[in-house]
Amino acid sequence: MMEMEEKIKQWCPAGGLRVEESGERVLVVMADDLENVCRRLHDDTEEPMDYLRDLVGVDNGPETGTLSVFYQLESARTGRRLMLRCDTRGRDAEGALLPTVSGIWHTAEIKEREAWDLLGIRFVGHPDMRRLYLRENWNGHPLRKDYDMNSNVLDLEAETNADVTEEFDLMADGTLRGHENVVFNPDDFVVNIGPQHPSTHGVLRMRTALDGEMVKKIDPVLGYIHRGIEKMNERLTYPQTLALTDRLDYLSAHQNRHALCMCIEQAAGIEVSRRVQFIRTIMDELQRIDSHLLFYSCLAMDMGALTPFFYGFREREMILDIFEETTGGRLIQNYNVIGGVQADIHPGFVSSVKKFITHLRGIIHEYHEIFTGNVIARTRLQGVGVLSREDAISLGATGGTGRASGWANDVRKHHPYALYGEVDFREIVYTEGDSFARYMVRMDEIMESCHIIEQLIDNIPEGEFRVKVRPVLKLPEGVYTASVEASRGEFGVFLVSRGDKVPYRLHYRSTGLPLVHAMDTVCRGGKIADLIAIGGTLDFVIPDIDR
Amino acid sequence: MEMKHKLPGVKDMPAEEFGNNDYLLRMAEELNRDGAGIVLGTMDELINWGRSNSLWSLTFGTSCCAIEFMALGAARYDMARFGFEVTRNSPRQADMIMVLGTITWRMAPVLKRLYDQMAEPKYVIAVGGCTISGGPFRGSYHVVEGIDKIVPVDVYIPGCPPRPEAFFYGMMQLQRKIKMERFLGGRNRKEKESENAKSDGE
Repeated sequence: MMEMEEKIKQWCPAGGLRVEESGERVLVVMADDLENVCRRLHDDTEEPMDYLRDLVGVDNGPETGTLSVFYQLESARTGRRLMLRCDTRGRDAEGALLPTVSGIWHTAEIKEREAWDLLGIRFVGHPDMRRLYLRENWNGHPLRKDYDMNSNVLDLEAETNADVTEEFDLMADGTLRGHENVVFNPDDFVVNIGPQHPSTHGVLRMRTALDGEMVKKIDPVLGYIHRGIEKMNERLTYPQTLALTDRLDYLSAHQNRHALCMCIEQAAGIEVSRRVQFIRTIMDELQRIDSHLLFYSCLAMDMGALTPFFYGFREREMILDIFEETTGGRLIQNYNVIGGVQADIHPGFVSSVKKFITHLRGIIHEYHEIFTGNVIARTRLQGVGVLSREDAISLGATGGTGRASGWANDVRKHHPYALYGEVDFREIVYTEGDSFARYMVRMDEIMESCHIIEQLIDNIPEGEFRVKVRPVLKLPEGVYTASVEASRGEFGVFLVSRGDKVPYRLHYRSTGLPLVHAMDTVCRGGKIADLIAIGGTLDFVIPDIDR
Repeated sequence: MEMKHKLPGVKDMPAEEFGNNDYLLRMAEELNRDGAGIVLGTMDELINWGRSNSLWSLTFGTSCCAIEFMALGAARYDMARFGFEVTRNSPRQADMIMVLGTITWRMAPVLKRLYDQMAEPKYVIAVGGCTISGGPFRGSYHVVEGIDKIVPVDVYIPGCPPRPEAFFYGMMQLQRKIKMERFLGGRNRKEKESENAKSDGE
């Protein structure tokens, strides 16, 4: 780590490098050096920081007069993680500027748009500075601390979307000049898909330009389920913030909440018992099976096969019964709490989990017989929608999508948490990168999850299921992060505490946002008929994207 | 076996008040005796029996509740038992709209437009806390706090998400409501219009 920092120091001729360490270690880079540092980190020969995990904007408050952006980097080769911070000069239109890194990491294209939308940070040189979640005529930037909650009214007029976008360049004399970029040409044939479409897995909207039946460009329009969770978090006490995580990606409810609990526990110095670690790991894996079964059902249904839908839901109901027995909820369980879990496992938990695993192992062949081997399914999936490994990393497409492209990115394996360091499991990696590989990764992961649960289920140790934690918790000042492997990729929590009983900023790394962003890369040049199947195999859940 | 038939009544007027009912009853009895089984009733009852048992819904799943709705469609809960299984993706073909999940400000105009595109008679079911009041997201800058601010709601199904049994209970309440309606005769239609006029004037 030290030599890395020494290296970065040399790349910062303008302002030098400052290291801040309250909570996580953060390297503060001056805006003038940012582009150079990022480029060199990305191109490093030994340890290329080629994966931008997340780009998070933070408002430092009107009194400081600055905004910050945190860049969370990781090397796909070594797994080393690094966090950079860069502050803007001011908060007004001329001051809230940062150089773009979208030319270095593709995923920054969409994440910088998010930061512009919610915080009003303009990225100089970014080709597409449109709002991401809110309407084009929205007033203000909601994640600013001085945002007036009454500055907008509900508009029931149908909205129109501009076909042009803005780019800003900094001139040599320090002035800012904008010019227009084209999203869609007037002669482009643009088909609108969504936001209310049965096969987009939620309320995704894609403006799709076609050339005949070939896809020329996809412009995702998000925000149809933007619920403003991150702003709400700033008013909620830490235990209250937990309630909203289950409703992000509801098919990763346990994992999401696990990540937030881990982050808060780590910041507050709370040690959870081994029993809790066992329960959390088993629940996470059951949730993963649940999610992948639903993935199977929906993919088959999107492609016009109805019977597999019934197969998937048949086994899924058994998991929901297990969840319900212990947690009281079927879909949204609210189970993990700070310091443990809400309630101890049900007396019948162990036997019903074992019964379920035996049942699933005995019946999974039906899934493959009806769908995997089917000639229509194979033709429509194999060789379709190929995503290369480089693109997957650059786009930050984690989870099964990245692993189908040969990028070993399983957080459970490379940054073990809970009990994943102690159990034996295989990281499923395919190299084809097509829809079929993405499908097979998930099907194989179902079996790996069974394997993990089998190693744990008989050995759950006695102990407390929850340590006593005060209901109003104050976390020490600093930046804290945690990440878990959710059902469809890396879910991250980014927390800035100012020592209050409420978080100063609580941001979630969406697993689906990079996947939706990848749609354009994956579908371009392919047939429109494959678009829905590709979307199905990328497997995104929209409420988690919009937050 | 002699069939016991219901007296043909009109909602506001008991059968006894019709002076000439007896010939109808005599005719029905005679026909039944001769083997031509007939039943007397009002057209409204027949139509409502049909309508309430084949409710086609426009799926409008925006978040979590939609997944529970999918569970209803699967074999365990099997909403086909009640005639709800046909979901439509076009508002023109739907009898009702089930709003499943949070409605945000960006989605609100879309929901309103789809509702307006549906043909009368149409019904709205608000499923889950978010659609009823904003639920856990009440107080956000981008969430509609109750869809009844945008479209009239017939049945509210609370829960986060509601259990499948609650879905059924709510949908059966809608069936009940439909069975009480008068499809012919115009009185209900007049009421609807005045209701609409009132909401337009607001």
